[in-house]
Amino acid sequence: MAVLRALKPKSEADNPSSKVLRFGPDQPLMLEAGTVLAPFQIAYQTYGELNADKSNAVLVCHALTGDQHVANTNPVTGKPGWWEMLIGPGKVVDTNRYFVICSNVLGGCLGSTGPASTNPATGRPYALNLPVITIRDMVRAQAMLVDHLGIDQLFCVLGGSMGGMQVLEWAASHKERVFCALPIATGARHSSQNIAFHEVGRQAVMADPDWLGGDYLIAGKRPQKGLAVARMAAHITYLSEAALQRKFGRNLQDRQHLTFGFDADFQIESYLRHQGMTFVDRFDANSYLYMTRAMDYFDLAADYGGRLADAFAGTKTRFCLVSFTSDWLFPTSESREVVHALNAAGASVSFVEIETDKGHDAFLLNEPEMFAAIDGFLRSAARAQGLS
Amino acid sequence: MSANSNTRVDLQVVADLIRPGARVLDVGSGDGVLLELLREAKQVDGRGVELSQRGVNECVARGLSVIQGDADTDLVFYPDNGFDYVILSQTLQATRNPKQVLTELLRIGERAIVSFPNFGHWRVRLSLLLRGRMPVTRDLPYSWYDTPNIHFCTIRDFVELCNDIGAKVESATALDANGQKIRFTMPWWFMNFFGQQAVFLLRR
Repeated sequence: MAVLRALKPKSEADNPSSKVLRFGPDQPLMLEAGTVLAPFQIAYQTYGELNADKSNAVLVCHALTGDQHVANTNPVTGKPGWWEMLIGPGKVVDTNRYFVICSNVLGGCLGSTGPASTNPATGRPYALNLPVITIRDMVRAQAMLVDHLGIDQLFCVLGGSMGGMQVLEWAASHKERVFCALPIATGARHSSQNIAFHEVGRQAVMADPDWLGGDYLIAGKRPQKGLAVARMAAHITYLSEAALQRKFGRNLQDRQHLTFGFDADFQIESYLRHQGMTFVDRFDANSYLYMTRAMDYFDLAADYGGRLADAFAGTKTRFCLVSFTSDWLFPTSESREVVHALNAAGASVSFVEIETDKGHDAFLLNEPEMFAAIDGFLRSAARAQGLS
Repeated sequence: MSANSNTRVDLQVVADLIRPGARVLDVGSGDGVLLELLREAKQVDGRGVELSQRGVNECVARGLSVIQGDADTDLVFYPDNGFDYVILSQTLQATRNPKQVLTELLRIGERAIVSFPNFGHWRVRLSLLLRGRMPVTRDLPYSWYDTPNIHFCTIRDFVELCNDIGAKVESATALDANGQKIRFTMPWWFMNFFGQQAVFLLRR
């Protein structure tokens, strides 16, 4: 069974169990790296119905290790969709009302072209032969999907973390196509500390002898240990010190005494090992390298002459930013910087900081205050757009 | 900051000064009562800045466009002439640098509307004169050591500050203890003595 599950991501990479849009050689994607990607494909899910004037579309952008299965049972893990608490019939993002789209990002491993996808030129997985993908590339590919669906303007683009970066990129480079934007727990650039953590993760993957310079899939291997360590380190950054202390403290795992060995004596160790092990079953190691790199490269202001406000000049998009008090990966100051830039650009902007000890991951959890803010924001935007 | 019976009247007086459909920035928007009133009654394109996170979250949940921010430090991030009106309702006395804040208001907005409790009201004067104590009234319920209101002024003081920074007073309204308007035609000393609250409409 474990073997079957381990093989699943590979098959999902080329033939996803979701909708998939294939772009032929006649529809190339110019990448920021300077090369052209063609052919390529985007895997996506939709929920609800597009209305007659195509004005009720909501695009959800997923985070680093998320996927298109935002509001349905995940085909690889069998778990509920990653944002089912927020999105669905009668939920805050009501699929009876909105047409919700979520696509696997370019460089991902659940059906959009990524390093685990088969390179048509060689018949083998791209591995590291895929050019480095940026947030802007991901958004360009999403825009091609939105074009294909016949939608001129998205009612809302929302997402957290790396998803929030895509929201900001959408709002900056496709201003007229975004009526309202909800960047959550994110920033306009990746900080030095965040790049540092990602580098630790990448080095862990690449230090695994089974990584084989990236060619593990051809050899029928997977750098599970390295990827698990990468996930463990990253996972710490998604939580907060206070929450770790509250949940685990120095509690021992299924034992009364310290063993004076290097087994998982503490609950926190056991918890992290579990996080690492379950992650490698569902995620491709090379894709992890590409995703982390895309976030590292993101610096929206740099694309606009170093002045973030210029990225939003003349925007008519309504913004609502959300941050969390205990998020140290994307602290409130990062959101505030975006808010100030939006103010300077004369944009319509709301900004809420939610009090919680759940850290960065709070955006994926049951946070009633966040739901209330998103609900109020969407309702007022829907009124303005005549969607009520 | 202004939990008192005159609040509604005070807000209505502010609302009456605003042109329908205008772009409005409410600095110190609290729980959003004024912005909501302006949205419903005047169809304004309204934004807010509020110091307390609780107030901000409440505003956003009500569908108002509000950010967490401080009048003393965050107004610099707004561009010149971004708004038709910038409102500072019952907040001036709580700012660290009222002069600078007022200057910023008139940079950002074509007009500024400022309302504040009048420290020249006869009850305040009487409290100091007879009791020798800092006044604690229904409208100003704080003791001197725990008040957020660190820069009280009288109507006369405020007029002088306006002159100082070259702001023109387009209209001034004082409300008496019953929340009734004292007419602008009354002399300044009268408004300053009987006005419990003041609402000024200023322009550059």
